[in-house]
Amino acid sequence: MTGEATSISGDPPSNLYYKPGLRRNRTNRIFTLLSGLFSFVAILPLILVLTYVIFKGATRLSISLFTMLPPPPGLDGGGIGNAILGTIIVTCIAGMIAIPVGVGGGIYLAEYAREGAFSRFIRFGTNVLSGVPSIITGVFVYDIIVSSRIILGSSYSAIAGGVALSILMLPTVIKTTDEGLKLVPDNLRKGALGVGASKFVTITHITLPMAFTPIATGVVLSVARAAGETAPLIFTALFSYYWPSGSDAFFNPIATLSVLIYNFSTQPYQVQNELAWAASFILVVFILAMNILSRWIGHLTSK
Amino acid sequence: MTATSSPRPSQISTDPCISLQNVTISYNEFEAVRHVYCEIPRGKITALIGPSGCGKSTILRSLNRMNDLIEGCSLTGRVMFDGDDLYSPNIDPVEVRRRIGMVFQQPNPFPKSIYENIAFGARINGYKGDMNELVERSLRQAAVWDECKDKLKESGCSLSGGQQQRLCIARTIAIEPEVILMDEPCSALDPISTLKIEETMHELKNRFTIVIVTHNMQQAVRVSDFTAFFNAEAQEGGSGKVGYLVEFNETEKIFHSPAQEATQNYISGRFG
Amino acid sequence: MPTGVQKELYVLRRRPAYEKFVDSSFRTIAISMASMVALILVAILIVVFWGSLESMGRYGWKFLVTSNWNPVDDEYGVLTAIYGTAVTSLLSLLIAIPLGVGTAIFITESFIPTRAKNIIGLMIELLAAIPSVVLGLWAIFVMEPFLRPLLSFLYIYFGWIPFFSTQPMGPGMTPAILILVVMILPIITAISRDSLNQVPISLRQAAYGVGATRWSTIINVILPAAISGIAGGVLLALGRAMGETMAVTMIIGNSNNFSWSLLGPGNTIAAMLANQFGEADGTQVSSLYYAAFILMVITLAVNIVSQWLVKRLSLKY
Repeated sequence: MTGEATSISGDPPSNLYYKPGLRRNRTNRIFTLLSGLFSFVAILPLILVLTYVIFKGATRLSISLFTMLPPPPGLDGGGIGNAILGTIIVTCIAGMIAIPVGVGGGIYLAEYAREGAFSRFIRFGTNVLSGVPSIITGVFVYDIIVSSRIILGSSYSAIAGGVALSILMLPTVIKTTDEGLKLVPDNLRKGALGVGASKFVTITHITLPMAFTPIATGVVLSVARAAGETAPLIFTALFSYYWPSGSDAFFNPIATLSVLIYNFSTQPYQVQNELAWAASFILVVFILAMNILSRWIGHLTSK
Repeated sequence: MTATSSPRPSQISTDPCISLQNVTISYNEFEAVRHVYCEIPRGKITALIGPSGCGKSTILRSLNRMNDLIEGCSLTGRVMFDGDDLYSPNIDPVEVRRRIGMVFQQPNPFPKSIYENIAFGARINGYKGDMNELVERSLRQAAVWDECKDKLKESGCSLSGGQQQRLCIARTIAIEPEVILMDEPCSALDPISTLKIEETMHELKNRFTIVIVTHNMQQAVRVSDFTAFFNAEAQEGGSGKVGYLVEFNETEKIFHSPAQEATQNYISGRFG
Repeated sequence: MPTGVQKELYVLRRRPAYEKFVDSSFRTIAISMASMVALILVAILIVVFWGSLESMGRYGWKFLVTSNWNPVDDEYGVLTAIYGTAVTSLLSLLIAIPLGVGTAIFITESFIPTRAKNIIGLMIELLAAIPSVVLGLWAIFVMEPFLRPLLSFLYIYFGWIPFFSTQPMGPGMTPAILILVVMILPIITAISRDSLNQVPISLRQAAYGVGATRWSTIINVILPAAISGIAGGVLLALGRAMGETMAVTMIIGNSNNFSWSLLGPGNTIAAMLANQFGEADGTQVSSLYYAAFILMVITLAVNIVSQWLVKRLSLKY
C-alpha cells in the first residue's frame, strides 16, 4: 500500500530499511502495545487481590487465630480455628467420595470402554456436570440430603457439605484419570496381558502407577478448588460458631473458611471483617500452595 | 487361484501344537484374512511371511486372543490348542495367555526394575520356586544376563533397544509358556541385536513351540523349520484386500521348491 | 508335555475362582462409578424440575416476564433476576473477550521472552484458582469504594440514559460485572491460548511468505483459524458467568425491584438462590426451584454448544 506508493514515486527500490513511519508499521506497533496493555490489565487483578489479602490478612495472623472461636458480634479478639478445622473435614469427606469414584470412573473410560456410545455419553456427561452452576449442586444436595434428613436424621451437616463438594470435584478427577491413563502406551498393556496378567492386575500394577503423576496433579487441583468453594456449602454444611466435636462433627452444621468469609464480610463489625480477611489469607495460601504442589509433582517426573 | 482352493497342509506334522481350522478374522465388516487351515508343529519354529496387509500378524495375535483388545475384531472357525477351541465361550483368554506367551514388535519392558520385569509375570502365574534363580535362568536363556547381571535393580527402560527386546523374551520365558509368539521381534533392532535374538531362538526351540511373524525372508530362512506364506488379494466389489494362506510347508521346501507360483514370485522378490 | 516337570511351579496357571471374581468385580465397580456421573446429572435435573412443578403450574411462562418478587403477598416473577443474569454475564463477556484474546495473542506470539510469557500464563492460571468468595470480599472492601466516584460521575452526567439512572450507593450491577470479568478472563485466555497454539505453523509461514505483517497475519490468518476454539471458550465463560454465585451475590446488592440501571443494585438467579433458598418456604421455595431450573437449562445449552465448538476445533487440526 503506502510502501509500494513511495517506491514508485522515486525512492530507490532496493531500500529494504525498516520505515517506522509507514502506516502498516504504525498499526503493528499500536496493536502490539494494545495487546501488551491487555495482558497487564489481565494480571492486575491477581496482583491487587493478593496484595490486599496479604496486607489485610497476614497482619491479623496470630496463634489465637488458629486456636480460638470467632467472637460474638461486638467483641474483640477470637479466631477462626473451627472454620479451619471445618474446611479440612469437609474437604476430606469430599475427597474420600470423589477420588475413588472419579478414579474408578476414569479407569472404566480409559481401560474398559475406550470408544463406544456409553463412554462417549459418560465423557459428555462429565463435561456437562462440570458446567453445572455450583449453587445448583447445593440446591440438589439440600433437597436429597438436608431436607430429607436421609443421613441418620441429620439436616445441615458436614457430610451434606462434603457430598456437595464431591459432586464438584468428580468431573475433574474423572477427566484427569481418563486422560492420564490414555497417555500410558498401549504397548505396556499388551506386554502385561502377554505374560498372562488379568485386566485388574494390568491396571493396578502397570497402567495406574504409570499414570500416577497426571492423576495426582488433577486430584490436588480439584482438592484446592473444592476447599475454596462456597456456594454448595451455604445451605448444606451451613455454619457454626462452635468446634466440631467427636462423631457429632459429621452430622451437625460445621463452619468452613469460605462460608465464614461470606458471612463475616457482610457483617457491620470490623472484627468480623478482619477475620474474613484473615480467613481469605489462609485459604489463598493453602490454594496457591496446592497449585504449586501440583506443578511440582509434574516437574518431578518430567525429569 | 483363491484361498479356498489352496491345499490343506495338514499332513505335515504328526504332532500339531495349535491347529487353525477354517479361520476367518474380520475387523468390523471387513475381512482381514479368510479360510486359514494350518497346523503349527510342536517344538518347532514356524515363520509367517507375506506382503504387508496379508493378515499374518492378525493370525499370530489370534493364537493367544490378543485380538480381543482390538475393538470390532471377530473370528470365525476354530483355533484348537490342547484339545480346546480357544474361541469357545468358556475359555478364559487370560489363561490362554499364560500358556501362550507373546513378544511384541516394539520392545515393551515394564517401567520397573529388570528383576521385577521378570518376576512380575512369574508371580502372576503363581510361581512357587526360587525367584532369584528363575530371574537368572530366564535372563541367561535370553542371552542378556551378562549385560544386566550387575544392574538388576535398575529400570528395564535403561537398557538398549536390543537388550530390552531380549529382556522381553526373558520375561516371556520366565512364565514357561508352551508356545511363544513373536510379532516381528527384530524389526525395530539393529543387525547385531537381531543376530543375538536369532541365536536365542535357536536355543529356545527345543523347549518351546515358537511362531514368528517376520518381514525379513532371510530371517525366516535362518531361524524357522516351517514357513507359512500369506498373500492378499483384492476382493470382488470390495475396497480392501483380504489375506489368505497360500502355502505352508517346511521352510526348505517353501524357499527351494514352492508349490505355488505366488510363493515363487514373492521369495524371488518380484513383489511384496 | 515338554514343560510338564515345571508345571507344578506355576500354581496359578489355571486361574482360581477368586482371581476371576476380583477381575470381574473390579470391572463392575469401575462401570458403576462411571455411571455415577450420568446418575447425578439426571438426578439433579429431576430434583430441580420436580421442585419447580408447583410454581410452574401456578405461574407458567408468566414467571419469566414479571418482575414482582414478593414473599409477603406470595407472588413471584423472575424477570429482575433474568435481566440481571443476562446483563451481568453478557457485559462481562464483552469486556473479557478483548482482554482475554488480546492477552492470549500476547503470550503466544513472540513479543516477549518465553520466560516472561510463562510468568504471565502462570499468573492467569493462579487468578483462576483464587476462590470466588475471596474475590467477593475484595470487591466489597476495595473495588467498590474505589469505583464509586467514577460511577457517580456517570450518574451525574449521563443519568438521563436509563442504564445510568440511579445513584451508586454501594453494591450494584457494575461492580458485579467487573468482578465477573476477573473470574472469566482466565477461562477465555487459557482456551484462546490453546487454540492459537494449535494453529499450524505452516499457515503463518504462508502469510509471511506473501509479505504480510505480523498483525495482519494474526488478524487475517491466525485468529480465523482458531476462531472455533476461541468461540467455544467464550461460551464456556458465558456459562460460568451465568452460574457464578458467590462474588456476584456479595457485590450485586440483591435487589428484587426491577431497574434498568447498571449503577444500582440488581440480582441474578444464582445470587437469588444463594440468598433466599435457605430461608424460603411455601411457593417461594418452588419459585426458587423454577428459577434454578431456568438457569440450569440455559447453562446446559450453552455448555453443550461450547463443547461442540471445541470438539470441532480438535477435529480440524
